[in-house]
Amino acid sequence: MSAPLTSLHRCCQRSALLLHVARQRWSSSSASPPPLHTRLLLFLTQRFYDVEMLLSWRSQLTRNQLQKKNAYYGYTQRFYGLDLASAYFILSLKGGFRFAGQSEWFYADQKGKFSWDFLNHKDTLLEEVDMSYTVINYRGLCNLEGQRSLRTLKLRGCPEVDDWLLARLHVFQDSLEDLDISHCPRITTGGLAALRNLKGLKRLDVSSLPGILSPGLVIILLEEMLPQCQITATGYDYSLNDAQGEEEEEHMQRQR
Amino acid sequence: MSAWRLRVKLRSATGLLVSTRPTQRHTSPYGPLTLCRSLSTGSHLRNEFFKDLEAQLAAFRKKAADALPGSSWSPLQINPNLPPERADIVIVGGGVLGWSIAYWLKQKEMVRGGVRVLVVEKDPTYSQASTVLSAGGIRQQFSLLENIHLSLASADFMRNINEHLGVLNEDPVDLQFNQSGYLFLASEEVAHIMEENYSTQRYAGAKVSLLSPTQLKQKFPWLNTDGVVLASYGLENEGWFDPWTLLNAFRRKAISMGVIQCCGEVTDFKYTTDVLRTASGDTVDLKRIGSVKVQMPNSLEYQPVECAIVVNAAGAFSGKLTEMLGIGSGPKDSIAGIPLPVEPRKRYVYVVHCPDGPGLDSPFLIDYSGVYFRREGLGGNYIAGVSPEEAEEPDTSNLEVDYQFFEEKVWPCLAHRVPAFEKLKVTSAWAGFYDYNTFDQNGIIGIHPLINNMYLATGFSGHGLQHSPAVGRAVAELILDGNFKTIDLSNFSFRRILTQEPMLEINIV
Repeated sequence: MSAPLTSLHRCCQRSALLLHVARQRWSSSSASPPPLHTRLLLFLTQRFYDVEMLLSWRSQLTRNQLQKKNAYYGYTQRFYGLDLASAYFILSLKGGFRFAGQSEWFYADQKGKFSWDFLNHKDTLLEEVDMSYTVINYRGLCNLEGQRSLRTLKLRGCPEVDDWLLARLHVFQDSLEDLDISHCPRITTGGLAALRNLKGLKRLDVSSLPGILSPGLVIILLEEMLPQCQITATGYDYSLNDAQGEEEEEHMQRQR
Repeated sequence: MSAWRLRVKLRSATGLLVSTRPTQRHTSPYGPLTLCRSLSTGSHLRNEFFKDLEAQLAAFRKKAADALPGSSWSPLQINPNLPPERADIVIVGGGVLGWSIAYWLKQKEMVRGGVRVLVVEKDPTYSQASTVLSAGGIRQQFSLLENIHLSLASADFMRNINEHLGVLNEDPVDLQFNQSGYLFLASEEVAHIMEENYSTQRYAGAKVSLLSPTQLKQKFPWLNTDGVVLASYGLENEGWFDPWTLLNAFRRKAISMGVIQCCGEVTDFKYTTDVLRTASGDTVDLKRIGSVKVQMPNSLEYQPVECAIVVNAAGAFSGKLTEMLGIGSGPKDSIAGIPLPVEPRKRYVYVVHCPDGPGLDSPFLIDYSGVYFRREGLGGNYIAGVSPEEAEEPDTSNLEVDYQFFEEKVWPCLAHRVPAFEKLKVTSAWAGFYDYNTFDQNGIIGIHPLINNMYLATGFSGHGLQHSPAVGRAVAELILDGNFKTIDLSNFSFRRILTQEPMLEINIV
């Protein structure tokens, strides 16, 4: 099908976004000095209130834009029903989904354009949702809450997925079977503890999570917590040398 | 003779100016050929003068800069640690609640520098502060609607903590929040209370679920469901976090917004009294605080800070503060005779190690006997404790831990509930104070009826940390807007103590 090919295409396109996110995430712990314009801005911020205000406005603006993207699609829900609203939300965020009982995927392309054919399927629940590399966050998940028969949820490489979103996944505890949260920079061990509610989970992908500090131990504890689940955890450096930390290399495949 | 000496002087001068050796070797300027040291004291002093020349020039430059206008030098030696002479709002107590109120006051002010806030904390090491010694849990499983709303609002705050407390160009705040939920176990007698609480919690919007013993056994196979009839399990917004990080995040953000921090102890108040007469002829003294005397640590130095409003966020030591104003020392049947019913109560927390204990899914478990435990880290360590009976309250003069208490009261219930805990080892323990409200174990928020400008925010009896963001916002609304705007906490005012109507938490423990 075209679905794996499109997903690969999007993966390559969005790797740039991920590297940028990873750089931002680890900027405080990296040893190299920041570039000149950053240092100049920092110098000015520490001396002038105006510069500080402009920069805080800029960060406030990016946050507001993010929250707008993840807003509650109340009007859509009222006029088109819960499922079409969820579908529209997914497509607006450049994700993809598949209806229950259908076999074709609906995707939005790079520029955000998508076909409106999904409107023909009224009141059909969603079965698989692919929100990889989108900016979905905790607020946005409320648009998907009505999907009680959701089987697959892919959140690979989402920069805004954090522990609180994982805690909210308990609404899908009866139906969710496949969860992919690899490469999400904000997830930590505390969030993985929230997956205890998803007792029906069969496949879980927790590869390359930079927020986990002792991945070997955490994976073992996860396997104990979810005995029926097949956990994929690649991209971790399991060597005994503590000084190295985690690097993005394909090493071991841990599968049950 | 004099010419020779002149040549000596010249050589010494040139020698020392040309050769700037870092090592202070006392060689004569003639080099290794001399047989004896130079005997003249004049040249020795002159050498030292030239060696110190750089330092002297730097001191001269500093003195010149200080003398010019724009420098902060003054001939009067002022202690830089003293608080300012005037502040609008003085917050007594630098725990999480004090700093939360300071942050929200600055957040809500309409203009930059609108309110001048001073936070006075007597112990910067926080060795006895309840905040840092707390177990750090947050839950929505209360019976009072206000408490549930406060918890939900605080969880909302912590979810968006970087939006609220993020400082430009600083590291983001990482609370290390464990989303593990609370699990309350109820026996036959208290199951109905749990069901009622469940419906209240659901109504308020908390995500809680009820579990039967079979479901409990399925979810938590390490649990012994003996005697358990019903369990209440938090699905979302519940867990535990690092209280020190939250305190420092509030502090960093508040200081970046201009809150002044002072390390000192409030020892006295200067107040004016209005004597009013009731219809039956009794007098009522209404006090208004004019200034607060802040004493520096380990010193007799003090600074009276003139203020408009004082916030009492002193936690376990709030009672002592109101005693200074004469509250509680009036005639027994008058309002002035009712003291602030907040006193410190010591609670022990034991850290145990059990290698076969519950894994990553272990929640913050609270049994109907009052014993609680939670996982700490990933290495098989757990934190456990219990609230002692009223009659057996430990002595509050120090923070010493009684290990006998663990063996008698905590371990049996723990081992009964979780069989794996029969083989455990106590690795360490600590004790902390609850700011215990002896009246009804819930917070007191609002103005004191007899002191016109003292706001109380204390007496939370173990829930202060989890409610701190929301309570801080409520107190800031009370001060700046005049009334509660987001959550109505008028039921928590001091009035209920005057009318003797307790707002009790109907919990199963």
